[in-house]
Amino acid sequence: MGVTTETRADPAATAAAPADIAVKISGLYKWFGEFQVLADVDLEVARGERIVICGPSGSGKSTLIRCINALEPFQRGSIVVDGVSVTDDLKRIDEVRREVGMVFQQFNLFPHLTVLQNCTLAPIHVRKMPRKEAEEIAMRYLARVRIPEQAGKYPAQLSGGQQQRVAIARALCMSPKIMMFDEPTSALDPEMVKEVLDTMVELAQTGMTMLCVTHEMGFARQVADRVVFMDAGQIVEVNTPEAFFTSPQHERTKLFLGQILG
Amino acid sequence: MTDLAAGPESHVAFVRTTPAPHVARPPLPGGPLHWVRANLFATPLDGALTILVILLAWWTVPPLLDFLIFDAVWSGSGRDACLPSAQNPDPGACWAFVRTWFSFFIYGPYPLAERWRVDVFFALLVFGTAWMLWLDAPRRDLGAAFFFLALPTVSFVLLRGSTTIGLEVIDTALWGGLLVTLVVASVGIVVSLPLGILLALGRRSTMPAVRLLSIGFIELVRGVPLITVLFMASVMLPLFVPPAWSPDKLLRALVGIAIFASAYMAEVVRAGLASIPKGQYEAARALGLGYWRMLALVVLPQALRVTIPNIVNNTIALFKDTTLVFFVGIFDFLRTIEIARVDPAWATPVTSTTGYAFAAICYFVACHFMSRYATGIERRLAAGDRR
Repeated sequence: MGVTTETRADPAATAAAPADIAVKISGLYKWFGEFQVLADVDLEVARGERIVICGPSGSGKSTLIRCINALEPFQRGSIVVDGVSVTDDLKRIDEVRREVGMVFQQFNLFPHLTVLQNCTLAPIHVRKMPRKEAEEIAMRYLARVRIPEQAGKYPAQLSGGQQQRVAIARALCMSPKIMMFDEPTSALDPEMVKEVLDTMVELAQTGMTMLCVTHEMGFARQVADRVVFMDAGQIVEVNTPEAFFTSPQHERTKLFLGQILG
Repeated sequence: MTDLAAGPESHVAFVRTTPAPHVARPPLPGGPLHWVRANLFATPLDGALTILVILLAWWTVPPLLDFLIFDAVWSGSGRDACLPSAQNPDPGACWAFVRTWFSFFIYGPYPLAERWRVDVFFALLVFGTAWMLWLDAPRRDLGAAFFFLALPTVSFVLLRGSTTIGLEVIDTALWGGLLVTLVVASVGIVVSLPLGILLALGRRSTMPAVRLLSIGFIELVRGVPLITVLFMASVMLPLFVPPAWSPDKLLRALVGIAIFASAYMAEVVRAGLASIPKGQYEAARALGLGYWRMLALVVLPQALRVTIPNIVNNTIALFKDTTLVFFVGIFDFLRTIEIARVDPAWATPVTSTTGYAFAAICYFVACHFMSRYATGIERRLAAGDRR
């Protein structure tokens, strides 16, 4: 990671970044061994913008958002999150991660902690917030995802949909500037998809900057400002949901939409 | 289905109009006779094995009970009590001998007037162990600090003595019996758990030097028998340090045991670490937790919990292995029995057998309780998975 000139930006340079850009990805390339998983990815996400990333499996969409909070290293190009470059400098990475909340396909709640403890862990130990204040904030977010009554339970006692809502609350407790969702409904039973999507729609209405990798086209239509379609590690098409669904331009997009919309 | 509207589609469409009735479960065949047939004589092989086991028990249990209890001599002041006599032509275990030597088995040659210090150590050890083993105990973090920091320091000062606080210094050569066995075993555990965790983490480290050193240490120690490690520690260690610094004999054995136990503990912990899904690391990282916080708050609590049964199994093995310090001239529990059994005042045909039987019973009881604890935790963990 960090072969670029821009990645070693000093604080003066970062302050110069446009204030309304939340994430700026430029010329991003990534390889798993010899295999190229991301190629020439350029994407600018404005503050408050809601982006849905879709594409066939293996197209690199999860890898792309995992690069943004440095869960995956990349070899070429640059990512600037809220004015901070993602480099291999651990301090920088932690700075970025504090501002970027992430929700995973498999929830990844901490099974040895209660729902409330899951939510207060990072605020207490990363933000150094007093326990009482962290708990108040956690209860507020748990109420917002409509499961405050489960605060004392352990994750394994909850349904998949409830777990995913806790995961959203846990990420929100760090008061992130950007929220990323990596296929948040793909591991859920069909009956639980809606409760999670509803939570995400409500979150979108608060003006949160969101990057969602998802196959929920209804969600994309409803909340996305832009839909990004990826194939074979490249961005193939970016458009408003309206244009994306009604008049896709690229052949690959037409084929994909034909497959999933029937 | 009779109340369904009859029509051409009635054989394909179905709508339930009344809920299925709740029916009581049919009774299971019961009774002791059924149990015997189902469990003991289900097949001819089962029957043969059952009879074999009954015969084995018939041949071994009554003589054993005779020796240990019915023909045993419970009191007496010398060998005459345990020799064949008119009332007891074939005497069993000579418990009178064990009673006479009992305090030697517990304290070894530790000075009589100072034995209260050993008793306090035992009490502290029991207290600390209970705090650690009881998973729902309050303030287990405090318990861990007590067990891993306060207990070793306090115990050392207490047992060894210190002129500054007015406790007579007792040379470790005078420590013995159960005291030494417990000291060796608990030092092995107190040192090997943190060291084993570090080694396990080192083995999974991305830094090649750290990884190589950890693997080298673990594989080297695991590839050598404990008795070799002990001989190395007690014979070779003095060669490397100046004579004035030459460590105490017991300390040398403790170092050997601790090194050996750490290597095994590392492998147990590594298995626990491997059982933690990648998603847990990623979730912790994504929240901004650094490496050590991630380990301390997310990974280790989960990894150690699933590892507890294996840690206890390791402890059982270590507890029994402590008898090997015998060979480097340390007065452990077994060694005190070894000394007592040749006491001419108690020279009878059954003295040695009694001594060894006593040792076996003590080791068995201790290990059995540890094993029961591990089983209990395993059951609890399995229940937790179902939760």
